[in-house]
Amino acid sequence: MIAELGHFALILALGVAIVQTIVPLVGAHKGWTNWMAVAVPAATVQFLLITFSFGALTYAFVTSDFSLQVVTLNSHSAKPMLYKVTGVWGNHEGSMLLWVLIVALFGAMAAWFGGGLPPRLKARVLAVQSAIGVAFLGFILFTSNPFIRLTTPPFDGQDLNPLLQDPGLAFHPPFLYVGYVGLSMTFSFAVAALIEGRIDAAWGRWVRPWTLAAWINLTIGIGVGSWWAYYELGWGGFWFWDPVENSSFMPWLFAAALLHSAIVVEKRESLKSWTILLAILAFGFSLIGAFLVRSGVITSVHAFASDPERGVFILAILAVFIGGALTLFAARANTMEAKGVFGMISRESALVFNNILLAVSSIVVFVGTIWPLVAEAFWGRKLSVGAPFFEAAFTPFMVVLALILPIGAMLPWKRARLKRVVKSLVPAMTLAVAVGALVWAIQSQKSALAPIGLALGTWLVIGAMIDQMSRTGRGNLASRLSRLSRLPRADWGKTIAHVGVGITFIGVSGLMAWQVEDIRVANVGQTYQVAGYDVTLERVYEEQGPNYISTKADILVTRTGVHVTRLSPEKRFYPVQAMPTTEAAISNGIWRDIYLVIGDPQEGGGFAVRTFIKPLTGWIWAGCILMALGGLFSLSDRRYRVAVGGAKAPMQGVPAE
Amino acid sequence: MKRVLTSLGLILVLLASPALAVNPDEVLDDPVLEQRARELGQGLRCVVCRGENIDESNAAIARDLRLLVRERLVKGDTNQEVLDFVVERYGEYVLMKPTTEGANKLLWATGPVLFILAALTGLAYLRRRSNAAEPARALSAGEQARLDELMKD
Repeated sequence: MIAELGHFALILALGVAIVQTIVPLVGAHKGWTNWMAVAVPAATVQFLLITFSFGALTYAFVTSDFSLQVVTLNSHSAKPMLYKVTGVWGNHEGSMLLWVLIVALFGAMAAWFGGGLPPRLKARVLAVQSAIGVAFLGFILFTSNPFIRLTTPPFDGQDLNPLLQDPGLAFHPPFLYVGYVGLSMTFSFAVAALIEGRIDAAWGRWVRPWTLAAWINLTIGIGVGSWWAYYELGWGGFWFWDPVENSSFMPWLFAAALLHSAIVVEKRESLKSWTILLAILAFGFSLIGAFLVRSGVITSVHAFASDPERGVFILAILAVFIGGALTLFAARANTMEAKGVFGMISRESALVFNNILLAVSSIVVFVGTIWPLVAEAFWGRKLSVGAPFFEAAFTPFMVVLALILPIGAMLPWKRARLKRVVKSLVPAMTLAVAVGALVWAIQSQKSALAPIGLALGTWLVIGAMIDQMSRTGRGNLASRLSRLSRLPRADWGKTIAHVGVGITFIGVSGLMAWQVEDIRVANVGQTYQVAGYDVTLERVYEEQGPNYISTKADILVTRTGVHVTRLSPEKRFYPVQAMPTTEAAISNGIWRDIYLVIGDPQEGGGFAVRTFIKPLTGWIWAGCILMALGGLFSLSDRRYRVAVGGAKAPMQGVPAE
Repeated sequence: MKRVLTSLGLILVLLASPALAVNPDEVLDDPVLEQRARELGQGLRCVVCRGENIDESNAAIARDLRLLVRERLVKGDTNQEVLDFVVERYGEYVLMKPTTEGANKLLWATGPVLFILAALTGLAYLRRRSNAAEPARALSAGEQARLDELMKD
């Protein structure tokens, strides 16, 4: 009964969304205030209806209602409660419901907090956002309905893929979806502005918080996903350049570019048409990502629920929205004349270069991801594009980006003198070169990766700190430090996020250059040495979990007789899905992670054990956390609260008299 | 009942559990050769998996391929000879790093070519912006009125 109500609410939501698309758009065109005003209550109602529908599906999962097909296929009565709840979005249908829920949530938030927007723009933004809702509600109801009943419900369900029964992966999709869908808000603003035919500094200011929110969530989502891959897949990689990962990485890169170019629109009223194009492309790549993951055109490590019919539907959505927006863009782009004038050496030009690097690198990832499809379609060649390609083709862009970032971040607007900025960055340069040389000297294998990566990381981190200190003005150190706390939050956000980029650089290069791996058969009680650590397999035993059976090992790690850690890696077996998973045991440290995996019993006795020493690995995610934190600081800056919060503060400055 | 389940599960574990990526019994005694085998393994794709290389994969066929690579290395093949040998049998699909032959040149050229195009466009744009005269900011009617008011005094 509750499932039927949920289904009904979803159909009603589609009706409301159609109204919300048409009425405000007509109203804005004709200038009818009461028609435009429909958007706000409609957005609220649409959100409430979809929330109810989502609640109904969650109820079905929690109560293990196996008369629903999606519950049967993805749940089991013995599954822990946490995974019953997160299982709602651990499948295609439920995840799409979460997707439209977030579309509606963003629409409702824009309706509730968008009081400061001009009514016409607001009506158009909400209408476009609702059109996206219509498309995806239609997609759910026609191709992926989660409320389909089974005529003869089975006794128990088929359980959720054990790889997904993990806290990391349970919370990875919601963040990612908020990120993807957050970009739909920016897209709606861009399309509304194109319909309006007008973009100004205020537009840049309204769009930035939404882009920031989307980017923060994408950062967290991607970070959590890669952390999950690190500890769950059992070989300790953090990024595989898998099509699914790439499809979240492309919008992230575009969102990062958009964040930076929106600053130029806001502060300097330049780069307007480019920013609009980026907003369209960023959401476009979210949709392309959804298409790649769900259509099954590209097989990947963790593709789920792929189906050609759904693929065609998403492709149609993509064609209508992105094709339509780009057509509109082509017709209207030249009406947006740029105002700001700036020299070749200026913050503006540095941000243009930032945008070129981010956008081109993202397109390289895109071409690499779809190349197997293209090659097969046009030349009949079956080939693969894997990590080695992306490492070779993508990394140079990030190296150049890292090189120019600290300089660009400190260049003043309009016209700058390069010499002055470079001079103030001399300490960062010196330290970076010193770190690089030191690393080169002490490492045993002479590879260039670690010295370059660590030098770049140092350059970014110290450069960002110098940037922050340079904002405190002149005077002695004490007074400058005391002024530090009074700097605007957006400045802090910028510094923290840029430090985060540097930290991630350090982590990635440390792991890739210095990882030590040991694979061997170990007998119980045996001690062996890996990279200066003494590793002892103490015992191996069986344990019964709630819905799995586990082979667990206790392994003691010491160094020169001093206790380091005792770890318990597991190998789990999930009988319902007949699937084993490895649960690596990791001792996280600042300088290194110790990563242990227990394998199968061997014929001659003993167990296969893999031991990894992974230097600086934790820095990868520490950097991601800092980037997201930097975004949060920026988002909480008063200036944007005023802009989003709809306080009736005048947007134009008041002339001094 | 629980006990039965446990032992049943254990049997299943033994039967169904795939091998752990690279297994200890595969590892070559010569560390230099083994290192080369690992490098080659990371560049070869497991043909039945989804985008995993044979070094990471648990599939039986990946194990066969790992053993094949090691066998060739022990026989004295160079890295390139081993790759050629594998590609001849399984096709270029197994190469994680696509070749630069034929249409693949397009793939490899995408980054550099796009970058140059984008950089040129960007520079042209910047040159235009730096040469453009600051547009005279037209006053709105209200501002003009206010200005007139002030000028009168």
